[in-house]
Amino acid sequence: MLAVDQVSFDLAAGEFIGVVGESGCGKSTLLFAIAQLLVPPAEITSGSVVFKGRNMVGLTDKEMTAIRWRDLSVVMQSAMNALNPVKSIQAQFADAMQAHGVSSKVEIADRSAEVLRMVGIDPVHLKSHPHQLSGGMRQRAMIAMAMLFTPELVIMDEPTSALDVVAQRSLMVQIKELQEQLGFAIIFVTHDMSLVSHFSDRLIVMYGGVVAESGATRQVFDSPLHPYSVGLMEAFPSIRGPRIPLTGIPGSPPDLARVPPGCRFAPRCPKVMSRCTETPPELYPVDGTLVRCFLHDGERASHG
Amino acid sequence: MGEPATRRDGQASPAAEPGASAGPLLRTEELTRHFRIGGLFSRQSLHAVDDVGLAIGEREIVSLVGESGSGKSTVARLLARLYRPTSGEIYFQGKPVSAIRGRRDLLRYRGDVPMVFQDPFASINPVFRVSHPVMRCLKLHRPELSAEQRQQEAERVFAAVGLTPPAEVLQRFPHELSGGQRQRVGFAQALALRPKLILADEPVSMLDVSIRIGLLNLMADLRDSQGVSILYITHDIASARYVADRLIVMYAGHIAETGPTEEVLTRPRHPYTQLLLSAVPDPRAPLTVGAATDRGEPPKVIDPAPGCRFRWRCPLAIDECHKVTPPLRELLPGHSAACHVARADASTEAFQ
Repeated sequence: MLAVDQVSFDLAAGEFIGVVGESGCGKSTLLFAIAQLLVPPAEITSGSVVFKGRNMVGLTDKEMTAIRWRDLSVVMQSAMNALNPVKSIQAQFADAMQAHGVSSKVEIADRSAEVLRMVGIDPVHLKSHPHQLSGGMRQRAMIAMAMLFTPELVIMDEPTSALDVVAQRSLMVQIKELQEQLGFAIIFVTHDMSLVSHFSDRLIVMYGGVVAESGATRQVFDSPLHPYSVGLMEAFPSIRGPRIPLTGIPGSPPDLARVPPGCRFAPRCPKVMSRCTETPPELYPVDGTLVRCFLHDGERASHG
Repeated sequence: MGEPATRRDGQASPAAEPGASAGPLLRTEELTRHFRIGGLFSRQSLHAVDDVGLAIGEREIVSLVGESGSGKSTVARLLARLYRPTSGEIYFQGKPVSAIRGRRDLLRYRGDVPMVFQDPFASINPVFRVSHPVMRCLKLHRPELSAEQRQQEAERVFAAVGLTPPAEVLQRFPHELSGGQRQRVGFAQALALRPKLILADEPVSMLDVSIRIGLLNLMADLRDSQGVSILYITHDIASARYVADRLIVMYAGHIAETGPTEEVLTRPRHPYTQLLLSAVPDPRAPLTVGAATDRGEPPKVIDPAPGCRFRWRCPLAIDECHKVTPPLRELLPGHSAACHVARADASTEAFQ
């Protein structure tokens, strides 16, 4: 099964990129592939992940360990599962730092307190165990842990999806503030497109393992080009403006073990044409945005 | 209203309906549920739901909105009689629910007020075809139906929730259905009981964004075509706005604000409602990162002293808020808020 198919993008230092899509669209696989966290039978069959000029595909575990936490850290979806329930926050922070050669107890304690303060948690919680913290605080502690070495890239897999709207909002604002302060780049994976609308610089919309559309966040939101992005935008009820009936997108995402021969969105697409079911579209550039749809195949549009 | 009388046959129903139909379908009075926490000798109690008075009319979708821990799911479980109230009473069609005695009356109440659960992957038994739970419900709650009638009825409810062709979908196993379809099975199962009120506890929060709207549309359709009322419990205020006729905002076990949906959303009176609204990500709105953000969390209400439970997070709190629990006051017709500071006319802007 091809879970992620030929996804390419560049991420500049300090950039915030949002990856959105439904469950099963390959967004988490993509993130695991970038962080070199895929476990067999999953593997990267082709392609490369170049981080600071170095291809990380094929690095040994030892080489990756040196990079992880120090240059690149990952914040997972469920902090309750990612944190060790029987160890205090302090002990877990110390583990990560010792693994990277920091042995001074004073240095560890200082840095641990510092990163907790950065995310707005009182350092007294260093002695707390994960279950003593609320959901929002656990997620913040995870982010603090990712900040231990001030990495250049932080990969986040739905870090806010287990939280309430209010906690979610404040965590997003916090992440953005930290980013502005420390200048790291973020790859933020989420199924909730509206969440990243105000925070990410660029947006990648994934569908069925491929990139459906990618471009500047504001542009994708204001004028989505791919029928899937349009559908996603129209699937959100708004709390402002008139109450309009919405339709969502009928059907369900494709089974990646049996992808349709043409465009993967064709079976659900309201604007499907005959060629969509025959040949898969490529990514066509339109005003700086890339879109995988024959509607925007400038040269050959007349044939559609 | 206009429910076929078939399910009443042979069953004594005292306190006949005519008088009851004038009032709301279901209402609660000072509904309270405390949980004892801590060890064996602990006298601490967690006030999950305190003094909740709500009413749900016929053919009405009422949305109960709040953060996790606000007590909204406890309310649903109290209404479903999965929990017994610590104090207070629930009246269904004018009759107190606590007076229900005996299996048959309880079965009937459960048939009138079924529940649809949050997780469609956990709420259907994976080893049976999806027809199984529906058929079982029919056998249990409507024993007068023949096997053939049961099949017809199952097909009717499957068609009503948009699972077509019904005869074919009934024969599938849960793993052959998508999350959205499974949640439709949950609604079909509830519908097979000819309910008056469906308790839907976060029915769409596990589903993909593109699927959610279909389920929300289904709920509105069930209200219009089948005449059921729905209590829609959610933390997503935007989806509540989309389907609900009325909104009830809960905070820490209390009702903070209630009223007609548009009215509450356009003129939120309670600072907590304003906070909730300010937190909703809205791609259509301009960026407001600089706006006041709140870093607090809802409290665990353990043996509370009197006072407003939102006071620690509230920028408008006055002395009175620390001493007296604000009662729910009607500020505008049908629009009430439990806040000492809120006024009907002046705008109280705590968060925007």
